[in-house]
Amino acid sequence: MYTFSNKLRNLAFAFMAIGLAGLVYGFLSAPKTVEDAKAMVATEHHEGGHGEEHADEAHAEESTHDAHQTEDHSAEAAHGEEHDASHDEHLLHQLQNKPWAALYVAAFFFFMIALGTLAFYAIQRAAQAGWSPVLYRVMEGITAYLLPGGIIVIAILAMSGFHMNHLFIWMDPEVVAHDKLIAGKVAFLNVPFFLGRAVFFLAGWTAYRFISRKFSLAQDEASDNSNHVKNFRLSAGFLVFFIVTESIMSWDWIMSIDPHWFSTLFGWYVFASMFVSGITAIALITIYLKSKGLLEFVNDSHIHDLGKFMFGVSVFWTYLWFSQFMLIWYSNIPEEVTYFITRIEDYNITFFGMIAMNFLFPLLILMNSDYKRTNYFIIMAGIVIILGHYLDVFNMIMPSAVGDQWFIGIPEIGGFFFFLGLFIYIVFTALTKAPLLAKGDPYMGESERFHY
Amino acid sequence: MSNQVIHALYDDDDTLLSAVKEVRAKKHHIEEIYTPFPVHGLDKAMGLEETRIAIMAFIYGCIGFGVAVAMINFIMIEDWPQNIGGKPSFSFLENMPAFVPVMFEMTVFFAAHLMVITFYLRSRLWPFKEAENPNPLTTDDMFLMEIELKNNEKELTALLKETGAVEITVPENTEE
Repeated sequence: MYTFSNKLRNLAFAFMAIGLAGLVYGFLSAPKTVEDAKAMVATEHHEGGHGEEHADEAHAEESTHDAHQTEDHSAEAAHGEEHDASHDEHLLHQLQNKPWAALYVAAFFFFMIALGTLAFYAIQRAAQAGWSPVLYRVMEGITAYLLPGGIIVIAILAMSGFHMNHLFIWMDPEVVAHDKLIAGKVAFLNVPFFLGRAVFFLAGWTAYRFISRKFSLAQDEASDNSNHVKNFRLSAGFLVFFIVTESIMSWDWIMSIDPHWFSTLFGWYVFASMFVSGITAIALITIYLKSKGLLEFVNDSHIHDLGKFMFGVSVFWTYLWFSQFMLIWYSNIPEEVTYFITRIEDYNITFFGMIAMNFLFPLLILMNSDYKRTNYFIIMAGIVIILGHYLDVFNMIMPSAVGDQWFIGIPEIGGFFFFLGLFIYIVFTALTKAPLLAKGDPYMGESERFHY
Repeated sequence: MSNQVIHALYDDDDTLLSAVKEVRAKKHHIEEIYTPFPVHGLDKAMGLEETRIAIMAFIYGCIGFGVAVAMINFIMIEDWPQNIGGKPSFSFLENMPAFVPVMFEMTVFFAAHLMVITFYLRSRLWPFKEAENPNPLTTDDMFLMEIELKNNEKELTALLKETGAVEITVPENTEE
């Protein structure tokens, strides 16, 4: 049995406290009025290098246009004022969204780790894998975060539904009234159906997790394999349910933030991201527990296999990312390509930095077979992959929520730390609830002898 | 090349593996083992050097990537620039996404083909080469272990019998 060390528990609480402070700061410093918002952006422009660069660009553009525009200047002045007002309103919404988006990105990211791990676990069960049963209890520990994490995400979605924030602009009837494209999607994108779906998905995933865990624990003491067989059937069924609901979830919770834009492989793309994050979390937690002298039955070959999965799914993620990017880039259809133009122009560092972290780094570091057996390399690659996929979610949500007003500042880092702390607390509490070896599993012998 | 050898035939890969370990523990030199299929863990049991083909694969892949970049740059940018989908190809970097599939395929192509060719060269295999395996049964269902003899035929025969060999022969030395 694992006991949650005080040191780790205190660390989790410290993360939560720091994170909560950061989030609260983010909410308190959000502007209340248009004037506040304008003042905030103005001071930022004077201080930050980022802002200045931006201003310079705009200035250069202006001067080239000056020659043409002097004639009808007076006519445009009136139009400009009106335009400015709506622009300021927009700016206010973006700045008000900022702490909400920081909260949502982090909440979704850690929820996604639990969901990805659940999918990985179900695949091991359905495939009756022989190598992985020694890791079942670690996976079950991670998926314990699914329900609390999911409830938090759905709570944030519900708060959007009650107009406490403007993350999802299609929830605003004013916007829908003036937008033909969104109006055409109202049958699917309406608050009650949206929240109903969310609750249904989470209920389905949680039910699988709950029942499968029960079979898994019952198998420990059982004299026959009936629990194992039931778990196998349940997992195979769950995977069908999962891939459909996961796709719809990704449209709902992420893609609909950009209600005009759509991509047909978005569900796969989000899945690849959650899958690799989940596998990485399994590897990191396994190595942590091993370093504490637990999980003595997990050997280098198990770590090696997790490393292969981290490597392989990182490449798979890149394949999907690139497929989505290249088709849209090449066809250059205005309503599609805006998605990437915003990301390349306003999010250049995070957009391309993410490719380096999620593709180049794991590709080069995990290519060597010996490195995948070395805990140090797995941890290093794992931390970069986890941060890289946080940035991936960041890039999916932020551009539509806050536009070019993004920054990885106190609320964003605070959000990450708050949910990291919560994740550690819930996962390691769940690990104490059952023996770390699922000793009744019929494949346990094969898994323990597993070697490469 | 006047060394004499002894041949031991096995009919099971697990027996073979444990036999290899025993023979090596007794400090006999295993010249070669012929098997009908790759036996997992045999290289380690025989104490063979680790393969370096992975390093070559990486190098070949890099060469393929380089060739692809040079090739596609010449074809699409320098020699015959075209305007495809409103993207005039005057700059390699700006058109790079369109070239990624080519780079990927060439990397894989070079790595795969050159690896196979390297493997053939290192194993001294070429078309119409005569088979080296002393017993045709090793292409069917038998495993053959070849051990160097140093006037210890009796001792080795006893040892090999013990390890589960189904047939032990000392072929006449026909070379020279």
